[in-house]
Parts: sequence; structure tokens; C-alpha cells
Amino acid sequence: MRIVKLQKEKLFPFLDAISENTDLWAPVKKNGDKHIFEEVEDFSQIDLNYTRTILPPRKILLPPSINIFKAKKEGYEEDFSHVSKKILFGVHTCDIHGLLIMDRFYSYVYDDPYYSKARENVLILGHSCWPDENCLCMSTNTHVVEEGYDLFFTALEDFYIVWIGSSRGDDLIRLRSQLFDETITPKDIQSFIQWREERDQAFQTKIDFSAMPDLMELKYNDSLWEKLGNACLACGSCSNVCPTCNCYNVLDKPALGEDFSEIRRCWDACTLENYSEVAGGENFRENRANRLKLWYTHKLQAFISKYGKPACVGCGRCIVTCPVDINVKTVAKALDGEKVDSFWNRFYQEVRK
Amino acid sequence: MDKKELNQTNPFLPEPGRIVRLYPLTDDVRFFQVRIADMDKALSFRYRAGQFAMVSILGAGEAPFSISSTPSRPGLLEFCIRHVGTVTNALFRLKENDLVGLRGPYGNGFPVEKMKGKDILIVMGGLGAAPLRSVLLYCLDNRDQFGRVILLHGAKRPAEMIFREEFFDLKKRDDLECYLAVDEDDTGKWNDNVGVVTTLFPMIKGIDPKNTYSMVCGPPIMYKFVLKELVKLDIPKDQILMTLERRMKCGVGKCGHCAIDYIYTCLDGPVFTYWDVIHMRELI
Repeated sequence: MRIVKLQKEKLFPFLDAISENTDLWAPVKKNGDKHIFEEVEDFSQIDLNYTRTILPPRKILLPPSINIFKAKKEGYEEDFSHVSKKILFGVHTCDIHGLLIMDRFYSYVYDDPYYSKARENVLILGHSCWPDENCLCMSTNTHVVEEGYDLFFTALEDFYIVWIGSSRGDDLIRLRSQLFDETITPKDIQSFIQWREERDQAFQTKIDFSAMPDLMELKYNDSLWEKLGNACLACGSCSNVCPTCNCYNVLDKPALGEDFSEIRRCWDACTLENYSEVAGGENFRENRANRLKLWYTHKLQAFISKYGKPACVGCGRCIVTCPVDINVKTVAKALDGEKVDSFWNRFYQEVRK
Repeated sequence: MDKKELNQTNPFLPEPGRIVRLYPLTDDVRFFQVRIADMDKALSFRYRAGQFAMVSILGAGEAPFSISSTPSRPGLLEFCIRHVGTVTNALFRLKENDLVGLRGPYGNGFPVEKMKGKDILIVMGGLGAAPLRSVLLYCLDNRDQFGRVILLHGAKRPAEMIFREEFFDLKKRDDLECYLAVDEDDTGKWNDNVGVVTTLFPMIKGIDPKNTYSMVCGPPIMYKFVLKELVKLDIPKDQILMTLERRMKCGVGKCGHCAIDYIYTCLDGPVFTYWDVIHMRELI
């Protein structure tokens, strides 16, 4: 792999060069302590010292609602207006793994052109991070990346080690090769090793995900699902923020006063009530417990059986988002034997305060 | 997977199809015969018995429907459609010569290659006849490739039995054992069996279970009782096949709605074995 070095003060000149003809998206601070990926023109708005954005970067590839066809009587026109050239800067390893899962999913058996065209047009520039108490990527083995990025910036004292992951990434470097240093010194390597050790020790939560498929099977009929189902608000927030959720609904919206219909694809969530309802009213997952079970089967069991790793990338978004504390951490712990009541009761204590 | 679908560059783009024949099967079920408007595509369109297609109407939406015609009679696609929701509501307003959108064929279909040389036992209830008519006609069109062919069909009332005339005609054939029943006869003119579909089982004699493939489709309540009978007959669990219904928005394994456990009904189904059902719990 080609690896180069960039002094931190040279980052903005580099971003300036690469964003000349392409929109640059990066993490920006919002509402005090929250972050979102946003298109930036003023680089000083970029906050690389973030833990997680509210929504995962898949929102940039497939936004919450896109039109896929303009449908007229004479025929359907494909609508790819959500596709544009973008550079996504500051993506953490968990989110890169999330995109890798999306890549695999959207090309499985049938290629989805609405995803793949968007993906081809986005360059991923990763950035190293520091875990908080909700980061689980060490447990999901997504705290490191070998692929899925064009460039990856590991931030050390006053410089970045820049890993070049693709030919297109290399092209970016060559736009301003004079900014980069081709030599990585033994001292640089030493500081990388030290950074990595300290980062790995900073993880506060460890979950054994390899045990989850068996536990999901064994506890399929366990009362814990009823308890979780009773607490769940069926709001779908966990799906909206998850980097590996992909479900969508399709709507045919006749345009008012026009002679065409917009065929629209919108994010959906399997925890929502009518998710599995078919025409005629038969609902295959009427109760919330069954819908939660599907969500966690997908994340903790199905993917592990199929691909050898969970469909959870440990980003911690469900942990900070779920209003009633149902998330990968609490469910995994509950499956592992910790009493579900503990967080269920804690929730009520919080509410009574 | 053998991919011969329409519109390979964009699997979501519907192909125009023209309704060439349309008539009621019952009060709320209609028979739609559709030809792909592009003649070349109409003639080269291939599918398997048990596969489904996505049918769409501009302004109303899209839904999955079993293909009721047999691949052994190419050129036309047939659907039996019950009036239950938004899309079917719009379909019921269409007339002959109107256009619909078609995508597909999708799903695994029945393993007809494996069924060659075997006895075939088809059990259908109500609208379950829609997908099973495809495989039934396929077996009859290739009659020399199969052993016995037995058909059990149950409907609530005589007026609700879809393909009544077609099935009564089949009763005249001597290379097919055809038993029909209605739960109740409100006409006084029904000369055949009265009772639920399981009451037809004692009429079939001398089943060679290891050599039999059984196919079942019907309302959810029917499976429990029919499966019990089939297991009693000693038919191996992986030779009992059923085709299932789920909500679908894409047909190509992307929208997620038909997920069961780690599989997608649209890619890995809609045909499943009884063993799949036991193994995956949520199937029926």
C-alpha cells in the first residue's frame, strides 16, 4: 500500500485543491454537541474531533427520499438526480465498514443502479477517531479498515499518516503532491504504534458478538423479547441511524396538476407497525416484540451466519438515539444473561424524576 | 441464479404489458391475461412455475402477483387477482387492451427438475390455486415426465372456487386424480364433496411417500391442517413444498419487507419446504 505523510497545517490547502470541482461533505457541529455530515465550503466549519454523526453516511448516497422514476403514460424516465460527484471527508472506520456492507448488499444477485451509480461518484476519505463509552467497534472488529476508502487519514501529533486505498485516491494526492511527504520515518511509525495502543485501551465496552447467533436461537422464545417489545415505541429511529439498515418503501405519487407520477423510494424501518402488512390486512409481525426480533436477527444473527461478522459496525448510534434504551449494547447484554429488567427499570426511574 | 428478467440494466423499470383477456373468476377475483407489449420480449420471456412478477399501475403503485400460467405455454402471462388493496383496486378498473407495468420473473419457483419421475400431490385452498395452477398445468403439459398427478382443491362455497370449469374438465381426464370440495354448499346444486380440503385426503389411495412431491398453497389457517395430513402420509419434509405470501416492494432483495430470518422471500422463496418452515420458525 502507498502511504504518505501530510502536515496538519497543509490539510486545508489539500481540501481546497480537491474540492475545486467536487462537492466536499464533512462532519459539522450542530445543536451544541451533535454532528452531521454536510456540504462545506468554509473548511473552518469542519469538526474532525467528532465521535459520530446523527445519520450515517449512507444518507449521502441514498437520501431519505429519492425519486427513481418520472412515470408518464408514454413510459418511465429514470431519475438519477440524487447522484452527483462528492467527496466525503472524515469518515470513521465503523462507517466505512457500514458502506462496505451496503456495497455487498446492493450488488447481491441484482445490482441496484440507484445505489451503485451514487457510490461510484463518491470518494471516501476516512479519518481516525477516539472511542467514547458507546463505541463498540473493537467488539465488532470494525475499528480497523483494510478497504472501502480512497484515502484514510490517521491523525497523530502534528501530522497525518495518509493511507492510499485506491487509484482514485492516489489521483487526489497527485493533484497536490508537493504538499505530501513520501517518507514515513521510524519515529512516525513509533508514534502510530503508541497512538494505536492507547486508542485500543480507550474502549470501555466489550461484547462477544460471536456468541450472538447461538444465543438468538436459544432465546428465541425468551420472555426478554416481550419486555423489550413492551418498552419499544416502534418509532423506527434505530433504523434511521443505523449504517447497515437498508429497508425502503416505494410510493407512487401523482404530481398535482401534471401528467406524470413520481415513483419515490423512501427509507422504511422494520420496527414500524405496518412493515409486514400485506393487502387484505394480514400482518405477519403485528406485535412489537416480533418486529424487534427481526431487527436483532438481522444485526446479530443472520449476517454472522452468512458472512461471519455481525451487521453491526459498533458505531453506537442506536445507543445514543433510542429513547427507551433498546440498542445493540443492551440487547446483547440481555441475551448474554444480564437482566433486562435492569435497564427497563432504569428507564422508568428516569421518567419519574 | 438464472437471470433472464426484463430490463436487466435497471431491475426496477417496468415493461409495458397489454391486457388481452380479462374475466371474473368469482365475485372478487379476476383473471388477467397479459402479453408483453414488445413482441420480441413477449416471445423470449421465460419463467419457472411458481415464480412471481411485480405488476404496476401508474398512479396506484406496484405489488407482487404469482404467475398462474404455465411456462410450457409461452407468450402470455396469466394472473388471478383478488380485489383487496390499492393496487388491485386500480387493476379492477382496467379493461381489455389497457396497459400495466411488468417486472420479473422473480423468486425460485418449483424445483420441477427434481420432481421429474415423481408422483405429484397438489393441495390448494381458495386463492392458493393461483400459483399452483402454473405447476399443475406444467405437469399436465409434460405428462410423460411425472408419475401420478393428484389434485385436491378446496373452496369456501361453489361460487368462490376459482377455475371451477377448468378443474371440472380436468376430472374427466384419466391421467389425473382430481378431487374438489367446498366447505359449505349454499347452492344445493353442488354434486361433489362437502367439507374442508383435508376431508379429501382419505380418498387418495396408495401413496408412495418417498416418491412423492407435494405442493401446498392456501390461506394461512389451511397449512396447519394440511401439513399434518402430509406428514401422516409420511412424505419427507423436504418434499413438501409451499409457496408463501409476503409484503414486497422490490422483488429483487433490496427493500427488505419480505425478510424472514436471514432469507428474503423474493430471492430464496417464495417456494419453501416444510423443513424450511420448521427451521426458520417465522415462515408460517
